[in-house]
Amino acid sequence: MQAKDIAELLNEPACAHNKKEKSGCARPKPGATAGGCSFDGAQIALLPIADVAHIVHGPIACAGSSWDNRGTRSSGPTLYRIGMTTDLTEQDVIMGRGEKRLFHAIKQAVDSYSPKAVFVYNTCVPALTGDDIGAVCKAAAEKTGVPVVPVDCAGFYGTKNLGNRIAGEAMFKYVVGTGEPLPVPAELQRPGITVHDVNLIGEYNIAGEFWNVAPLFDELGLRILCTLSGDARFHEVQTMHRAEASMVVCAKALLNIARKLQTDHKVPFFEGSFYGVTDTSNAFRDFAKLLNDPSLTERTEAMIAREEAKINAELDPWRERLRGKRVLLYTGGVKSWSIVSALQDLGMDVVATGTSKSTEEDKARIREIMGDKTKMITDGSPKALLGVVKEYQADILIAGGRNMYTALKARIPFLDINQEREFGYEGYSGMVELARQLALTIQSPVWPSVRKPAPWAKSNVPGVELGA
Amino acid sequence: MAEILKRNKALAVNPLKASQPVGASLAFLGINKAIPMLHGSQGCTAFGKVFFVRHFREPIPLQTTAMDQVSTVMSADENVILGLKAVCEKSKPALIGLPTTGLSETQGTDIKRLVKDFYAAHPEFAHIPVVPVNTPDFTGCLESGYALAVKATLEVMLPQKSNEVGKRKKQVNVLAGSFLTPGDVEHIKELVEAFGLRPLVLPDIGDSLDGHLTEMESSPLTVGGTPVNDIASMGESIATLVLGNSMYDAADLLKAQTQVPDFRFDSLMGLEAVDAFVSALAEISAKPVPEKIERQRAQLQDAMVDSHFMLGFARVAIAADPDMLYGYARLVTEMGCEVVAAVAPARANILQDVNAAQVGIGDLEDLEIAAKRGGAQLVISNSHAVETSRRLGVPLLRAGFPQYDLIGGYQRLWVGYRGTRQTLFDLANMLVEHGHHEPAAYVSIYAQRTGEGYAASAPHKTH
Repeated sequence: MQAKDIAELLNEPACAHNKKEKSGCARPKPGATAGGCSFDGAQIALLPIADVAHIVHGPIACAGSSWDNRGTRSSGPTLYRIGMTTDLTEQDVIMGRGEKRLFHAIKQAVDSYSPKAVFVYNTCVPALTGDDIGAVCKAAAEKTGVPVVPVDCAGFYGTKNLGNRIAGEAMFKYVVGTGEPLPVPAELQRPGITVHDVNLIGEYNIAGEFWNVAPLFDELGLRILCTLSGDARFHEVQTMHRAEASMVVCAKALLNIARKLQTDHKVPFFEGSFYGVTDTSNAFRDFAKLLNDPSLTERTEAMIAREEAKINAELDPWRERLRGKRVLLYTGGVKSWSIVSALQDLGMDVVATGTSKSTEEDKARIREIMGDKTKMITDGSPKALLGVVKEYQADILIAGGRNMYTALKARIPFLDINQEREFGYEGYSGMVELARQLALTIQSPVWPSVRKPAPWAKSNVPGVELGA
Repeated sequence: MAEILKRNKALAVNPLKASQPVGASLAFLGINKAIPMLHGSQGCTAFGKVFFVRHFREPIPLQTTAMDQVSTVMSADENVILGLKAVCEKSKPALIGLPTTGLSETQGTDIKRLVKDFYAAHPEFAHIPVVPVNTPDFTGCLESGYALAVKATLEVMLPQKSNEVGKRKKQVNVLAGSFLTPGDVEHIKELVEAFGLRPLVLPDIGDSLDGHLTEMESSPLTVGGTPVNDIASMGESIATLVLGNSMYDAADLLKAQTQVPDFRFDSLMGLEAVDAFVSALAEISAKPVPEKIERQRAQLQDAMVDSHFMLGFARVAIAADPDMLYGYARLVTEMGCEVVAAVAPARANILQDVNAAQVGIGDLEDLEIAAKRGGAQLVISNSHAVETSRRLGVPLLRAGFPQYDLIGGYQRLWVGYRGTRQTLFDLANMLVEHGHHEPAAYVSIYAQRTGEGYAASAPHKTH
């Protein structure tokens, strides 16, 4: 990928903060950088497409430490969980045999696993040696008769976020619009309900959480043409251009595909979230608004009233336990506010939130939701986070898995909110799981035990003393 | 002697291999107040970090020189200098490990020169040792990267030849291979101490990655591990214990630099292997084997007798890095098992000595095919093999990296009489639980037992 293509990807007119200096322009600082690379981001965005063979083209480090480690779930095929890589050797690199190996690798994947399509992820070494993966993919597609999509996402191109965009771009360029949806079968038509086709973009079905919400779509007559990319199939991605509306779920990074669907195929979109009762209800309302169907609006409101009443009754006992607990939230971008709504629904107090990956728009949302009192944290180092926990007397740290042991080592309750987590929190019913997990850690009897010094110890209590 | 089967396919499916930079990082994580910084793109480090965090369930210090598009094309030399400076200033480490990656190696970095350049530009950090090591991920595997990092550490810390053997009368060097868990290292230290000796373990992940709550709440560096100052004193020890064939290169260097006599062990599992180790300790210390250890030996013997019924003739499939593969294959064949499938991710000298007819260089798909062909009853491999063993319909004993779905897998004790004993119990229990050797129920055609449908007889699993 050339520098001008990368610059083009960093330009996202649908982002309100697009006029600001692009975060991708700031070069990462050697010796003081955290976070994944473009390959990481691209793989995360596309790997959940379940019936595709995902081949990582490169030496072992890229696939070897990353395959089979995500919480995304499929209701059918499990091909996406099979790790595949060309595992380039020194000979391949020196003799320039990478392209040849890739070609045979694609053929092997098609022969052994009959995938619906093959995605090829380019990585640093072949990008540097100059493998023309576009040409190899084209030749392999002709030879095998299976679509082969190049995703040019070498790690050194930039951040994880850029990788997300590269993935979206690859889907838009090579896949979207290459297939048509099947008509809705007559027996699934219900009187008084017009079936509308919609897309969800940036929904990854972590721990199967989208299945909390999916039945409600069916109930309302909203047919999901494609979720990009949780529990998706290749054919569904091909048909995204036929949707009547798209929802961008908690992911600024894939905004490019929503925008292009709007400009090229007249598919309007909105941004929303399924975390929290309020946001879940708003998401359905926004769909009804975009689809402009009075009957749908009416049925949506009825569904919301029913679900909210039901879930509020279920949540009441949990609210008793969680009310007033103080939360430090440290997570990326959109989640910095989307989770807040869920926590406020539970009566919790978000005292600080991380904004290092948030956009200007995200920050404005935070102020809107939480007021000016909330501290915005940009330094995510363990020491800084623990400092804020102490200063604001937080009862719990909610962050990505990487920070889990930062909290636990300091004897602080913790909730994992990133992709590797094992519990799904989306939708109305997901709120109960969220409340349960929060109470489980905050009120665990282990905290007083591990904060207490040994009976024979002379030194002070180790760890942070918190209002438990 | 095992026949080595070369990789013969273009695509690696369900990779078994973890990369050399990851292995090198692991070795540096066993040094106290240290931090590894990978010379590559930031993703190399991010993936490695997640890999270790999920395995050890610990915070893992790991930095990156953060090569981007410009530095990849133009030159990333400045990244190394800036990165080292940033880490020295910010964290004041006792040592920095500097493994290269496929990216920087393809670019053609001269990592050793860059370290010299760094000291020239920043003499104020001359007291902080930086250990550069070439570990591209297009050769080797975790084990070889780890071994290269240990060797490189010795090169940096023991630059001059010395001849002060035995100046520290009780000190014994232990070069600990990557097949050892923190629990293993801890036990090895106990064994050495039981003979009145003082173990100096390099690297000591038993002290840094054993998972313990400390009063210190957070640290940008490793907490625990081999003290950097101790490494320089390795030349004054009375002996060196070399654990794992992969460590022999490092051992050669140590011996050449210090003249300290060494004792080498390819495995520490199984009666014979542990006997050799304990005998060496008795010889070095000139002390009799303590009663406590004698007892552990007798306990293992008892377990061997008890479990041989289940383990005899059992068909086992193993996929692991070379030293580990050798160790498990030796252990199970000493118990009467047959290794029907053996796969290693990369070549190594020890592979020809693996107790199996063939050893494949490959991935978990290769293991699955060989295991199916050989009718394996049990798989020994890392957590990635969960799906493999599920498809094979046999139990999995998790060993090696990574183990992300097993709490405490990182600290499990495998070696010594005690570790071996528990392994035998576990193997036997798994086989009992999953294998039925009874014949399927047969009902005579003349039987007239009204009311008993054939359907009622439970289907028996046979292997």
